[in-house]
Amino acid sequence: MEPALEVEDLTVTFGRFSVFKGLTFRVARGSSLAVIGPNGAGKTVLFKALVGSIPFQGRIRWAQGTRIGYVPQKIDIDRDLPITGRDVLQAKKAVTHAADDVGAALQLVGLDGEIGEKPIGALSGGQFQRLLLTVALVGRPDVLLLDEPTASVDEPGQEKLNELVRRVQQERGLTVLLISHDLSVVYQHATNVLCLGRQQTCFGPPRTILTPELLEQVYGSPMRFHLHDA
Amino acid sequence: MTPEAMAVALSIAVAVAAGLTGCFAVMRRMSLAADALSHVALPGIGIALALGIHPVFGAAAMLFFGTLLIWTLERKTRIATETIIGVVFSAALAAGSLMSSGEDLVDALLGGAGALGLGEMVFGLVATVGVVVFVLAKKESLILALVSPEIARTSGINVDRLDLLYLETFALTVALGLRYVGVLLMGSLIIIPAATAKRLTTTLSGMLAASVVVAVLATVAGTALASLLHRPTGPLIICVASLCFLLSLLRRPV
Repeated sequence: MEPALEVEDLTVTFGRFSVFKGLTFRVARGSSLAVIGPNGAGKTVLFKALVGSIPFQGRIRWAQGTRIGYVPQKIDIDRDLPITGRDVLQAKKAVTHAADDVGAALQLVGLDGEIGEKPIGALSGGQFQRLLLTVALVGRPDVLLLDEPTASVDEPGQEKLNELVRRVQQERGLTVLLISHDLSVVYQHATNVLCLGRQQTCFGPPRTILTPELLEQVYGSPMRFHLHDA
Repeated sequence: MTPEAMAVALSIAVAVAAGLTGCFAVMRRMSLAADALSHVALPGIGIALALGIHPVFGAAAMLFFGTLLIWTLERKTRIATETIIGVVFSAALAAGSLMSSGEDLVDALLGGAGALGLGEMVFGLVATVGVVVFVLAKKESLILALVSPEIARTSGINVDRLDLLYLETFALTVALGLRYVGVLLMGSLIIIPAATAKRLTTTLSGMLAASVVVAVLATVAGTALASLLHRPTGPLIICVASLCFLLSLLRRPV
């Protein structure tokens, strides 16, 4: 079967500084790829290159007709912006000519009622991330790109969000690319792991990548992670 | 319709365009940059006067090319938009001052009365309709690009092209208002009503509507006051708009 994504020899440079060089990997349809690595290793830059936001060298090939839903890491907007969650969802629906029911979408992530009518700057971290996930799902994407979706969310909220992503992925057969620092979640749920390190990059299933030795090489210091009960 | 009534009708139409365009300038945090951009019109006015053609066409042409230059430099050099606009604006102001005579310069800077020709009227109406249609048709794309360029891009929006079209729409709105409020103040007629509306509303449609109301109110009241007090129209329009903004500060943020 044709993979959802093929990346060959991908290099991104800013001026004379090379963020990463020669990345090659494939993502099978319906699988989950976790991207890990220390801050500044280029994880968000990789996602931006994958959607064509920044110039790159090499080859990025999405399966024909792929529709991508994107959840950015953080959003730099005024807190008093007069835009509601419903406004953003309606905008995505209109632009993608989707048939989604905005009310039902808000209900799916628990943002129904007054919360959907609040300005987006007034939403809590967890509410905002759930809204972004809902926006990403409008238009029935085949692939979800999630850039640290739980970074500004408390622990119960993180579990809810992770659970929501897994449920939607299973129900809709989505391919998921996820940037995460939560190695226990990566270990349990990723099909493959791509690590972007200061010295080296690696790619493979979690059991072969998430070893103490390799993690130390990637992060530059010893890394431990606790495996939650499934 | 008398020429005076035509001029008032056109100024109200321009206010509608300014109110709509300004909402996205304020939300994109380009208020100061947008204000500076309006000064790029000045050399165009100077050249038009020297060539004996209507200043509004010179201004519109210079704004169009100035905006294209700013957009291209930003993409090619990755220098911040504010820096590029700052440089282009200063250069335009210097060149424009050299090209204009004293009286022309005052009219260009602050706006001046004068008979409304057929060409200007037709240009004004067509361009106003173009601005209003663009903002209303593209408001969803502009919102997504504002929230996240990546969300916009993965929704099928060409973000670079949208940015250029928005900047050109802004430039066109500036050109439309030059005869009423002048180069120095036209940016303010775009920004102040939108900044006022942002304080008063919580939804996009609410902001667009409130911004249009404030811009039209300022234009009508400013024009009436100008004729009553025998003072220039532009500064009075901006004074009324500023008063609306100050009054909006009395209300707690919503």
